[in-house]
Formats: sequence, C-alpha cells, structure tokens
Amino acid sequence: MTDSPPPAAAGAPRRTALDALHRSLGATMTDFAGWDMPLRYGSEREEHQAVRTRAGLFDLSHMGEITLTGPQAGEALDHALVGNLAGLAVGRARYTMICAPDGGILDDLIVYRLAEQEYMVVANASNAQVVLDALTERAAGFDTAVRDDRDAYALIAVQGPQAPGILARVTDADLDGLKYYTGLPGTVAGVPALIARTGYTGEDGFELFVAPADAEKLWQALTEAGAADGLVPCGLSCRDTLRLEAGMPLYGHELTTSTTPFDAGLGRVVKFDKTTNGGDFVGRAALEAAGTPSRKLVGLVAEGRRVPRAGFPVVAADGSVIGEVTSGAPSPTLGKPIAIAYVDTAYAEPGTEGVAVDIRGTHEPYQVVALPFYKRQR
Amino acid sequence: MSNPQQFRYSKEHEWLSPAEDGVATVGITEHAAGALGDVVYVQLPEVGSTVSAGETCGELESTKSVSDLYSPVSGEVTEVNEDVVSDPALVNSAPFEGGWLFKVKLSEEPADLLSADEYAEFSGS
Repeated sequence: MTDSPPPAAAGAPRRTALDALHRSLGATMTDFAGWDMPLRYGSEREEHQAVRTRAGLFDLSHMGEITLTGPQAGEALDHALVGNLAGLAVGRARYTMICAPDGGILDDLIVYRLAEQEYMVVANASNAQVVLDALTERAAGFDTAVRDDRDAYALIAVQGPQAPGILARVTDADLDGLKYYTGLPGTVAGVPALIARTGYTGEDGFELFVAPADAEKLWQALTEAGAADGLVPCGLSCRDTLRLEAGMPLYGHELTTSTTPFDAGLGRVVKFDKTTNGGDFVGRAALEAAGTPSRKLVGLVAEGRRVPRAGFPVVAADGSVIGEVTSGAPSPTLGKPIAIAYVDTAYAEPGTEGVAVDIRGTHEPYQVVALPFYKRQR
Repeated sequence: MSNPQQFRYSKEHEWLSPAEDGVATVGITEHAAGALGDVVYVQLPEVGSTVSAGETCGELESTKSVSDLYSPVSGEVTEVNEDVVSDPALVNSAPFEGGWLFKVKLSEEPADLLSADEYAEFSGS
C-alpha cells in the first residue's frame, strides 16, 4: 500500500470526440476495449430494424488507424499481412488479416490504399496496439514509415438502404462511382473526410474518417440529412446483431490467436501466390503446413427461444460435445435466436439432424444452416 | 415514469403489488428493464409451484445477457402472465403494468422490502 494516488485516469476508459453528444442523446454507455462507447440509445431492436430498413448512424471512433507511407509501404504490408496489398489499386480497400508466425490470427483488418505510397490499416480497437507493434516490427527492413494515427481520426458510419441518399445530401462526392470496398478523399458536410463504402452490418453504407474536431459537425449534419428517412443513432449492441445475421466474424469470438484464417473459413484472404518479397510473409510456412481443420464455422438457428451465448457447448444427440458457440443473440430479422459456432465437420453440413446447444444444462435443439443468416436484396 | 408508490421493492429489482385476498403481483422494475435492454425471452415459474423469497424462480433473457428472476416473496404461484411469455417486449414497454410476470399467494408477510422512495434511492432511478 502506498499513499500516493494512482496516475490520472489510469485505466479510465477513453472517450471519443462524440462522447458528449452520445450522453446528450441518452445513450447507455459501455466499456468496450478500453473505450466508453454507446451500447444503445433506446431499443437495440429498433436500432437494428432501422439499419435493415432505413438507416443508422454509428460512432466507430474506437477503431485503430495505422498509416504506412513510403516507396516500400506495399512490400512491407505484403510481408506483414496474409493478403496482397502491393497489388491493390489506389482508391480500393481490402479485407485481410495479420497472423502470428504460427498462423494464428492477430487481427482482421481493412486496408485502404489512399495513394501510390500511402496505405491506411484499420484494426479492431482491442488489437490496435498489437497490430501497431507488429507492423512497426515487420516493416523495419523496408523503406516505409509506420504511423500511429489512432488519435488522428474519428470514424462515423452511416449504414442501411437509405444511406446513399442521405450521404448524397451532404456531399458532392461521386457516390455512384464509389463501389463496395473503395474509398476516396472528399468533403462531407463541409469537412474533409475519407469516404469509404464499407461496413459491418450486411447493408449498403459508408464509413467516414474525419478529424476528431470535425466529428460533431458531421454527426449533426448526417442526423439532419437523415431525419426525413428515419435515420437513428445506433449503438454497439445492434452492430453486433447486424454483423451476426450477416455472418461476419468478430475478433475474439470467431477469430482468435488460436484460429487460422482457414479454420474460420476465410482461407481466401491468404494469398500464397503473391510475388512480392519472393512470396514470403509472416505465417506463411505455418499456414501452408496447416492441415484440414477438424471443425467448421456454421450457423445455428434455434427451434426454441433460449439464446445461445459464446462459450456454450454444441452437442450431438448422444450428448457428446461436438463444438462451441462463438457468438449468439436473438435475431431481430429472423425472430428467433441464432448463433455462429465451430462444430466438428461431421456435423457441419446444413440440415444435419440432432444438433443441440447446451444452454445452462438444457440441450436445446438447433438447426445447422449455411452462413450468412441474412443477405440483403441488391 | 416513476416507481409506483403503492408497490414494495426488492434489491433484486422486483416489484410487489399490495396483496388482494392474500394474492400479490410480481414484476421487474423499469430500472431493471432498462438495464437489461430488449427482453426477448421470459421463463416464469409454473402455476402451482412454490417460490421462496430471494430465490430464483425463472429467467429473463435480453439481447446481451440473461438474468435470473428472483421471487421477492414466498408463496404459491397462482397465475403467470402468458402475454409476456408470447410478447416479452411488454417487460420493456410496460414493466409496472402489462409486463407483470406472475401472481403469488403469500405464505408469509414479506420482510425487508423497500418502499418506492427507498428503492429509488437504492437504484438511483
């Protein structure tokens, strides 16, 4: 025991540039990866439905941005990540992963090529430091600079079928020319922004990277522009159910350091055929040696009403454990509980009979289905 | 909406209506419903079963979590709210009214329950 007080704000959650706004809107806040984030503003189900049918506005400023600049930025990323980034066209974005030498996933990422010699890597909040450290270390031998831009950006997403129309009211940028997984610098509501057509909801939408000082202005402008279309502010709770319905993995649940991209059914992100650096990248040998996974990620749909949660065992008719739930929630769109789970490949075929989830001691029957649970009509 | 003055409250955030012919109604408070978020599944005790003060008698599942339902009193369950079983959202929209959970014939007078004002102070609601 010492008498000295702890350092100021030690362990206190970080607040985004929109913190005061969230509180004025009556948000229920939650600690997420060391950040104080809005969990929901009112009903999370209503927020979910708003994104599916109209539009929702999200503060995602907890995400971690890391910028690489210089003539060998692409080569450095090709060495550090499993994907092919040197070949990414300027203005395009790519979903990729960073793995440990043993092939385990350190994080899943979106990488934007902003210019010939500039890339922005967006990491999950919980992994931002790990990713920054790994990129810094792995880029050491290359002619590139790795910059921590976590505090340089606020990130606001507008997601849902009405998102393009709403955003068009506050920007002159060519949104029609902005295809899925592209990003370009522009001006939105009078503030400079990187406009990306990406998202994590299963809907059309945009993610807007702006200076923290401009975040409130942009949020308010989008709120006004979307009022007629029923745009509502949305918290992390509905973000989770939206991504779950869309079958998208969440780091710490479907993806961990003890899973490889192949385990997660995302082997397509691993580019063994890339040619930069002689094709070598961190984790390559381990990933090439990885055998066929014994378990597979599947969707589970409840027949009853009890909700499976991460960590619950998946069981066969004889009660033997055949897998584990990684994410589960009541699905507002399907009107019943759903889950993503790793199950033994023998039980992974959609329609497999006799699969149940052990929910606090009761074996509740579940239907095995292919992911995603929900696909929007394009 | 404030906590109804005529109800008594438990520290597990249940409310208990004044007894009529020895039968009182149980539900969860607005504060508790707000903390849970959208309730999606309610498991209630069976009619005819015996509940004990402070012990679990069911569960409330919401988008983010599952919570045990505690009985604020001891007695026999005389009726459960089938409406809330089929439409759990009633717990959020009308926790003190249509979202009631079950009725119980009191076997003993409830001890140490809080008044509305005491509960408001306890829960900060």
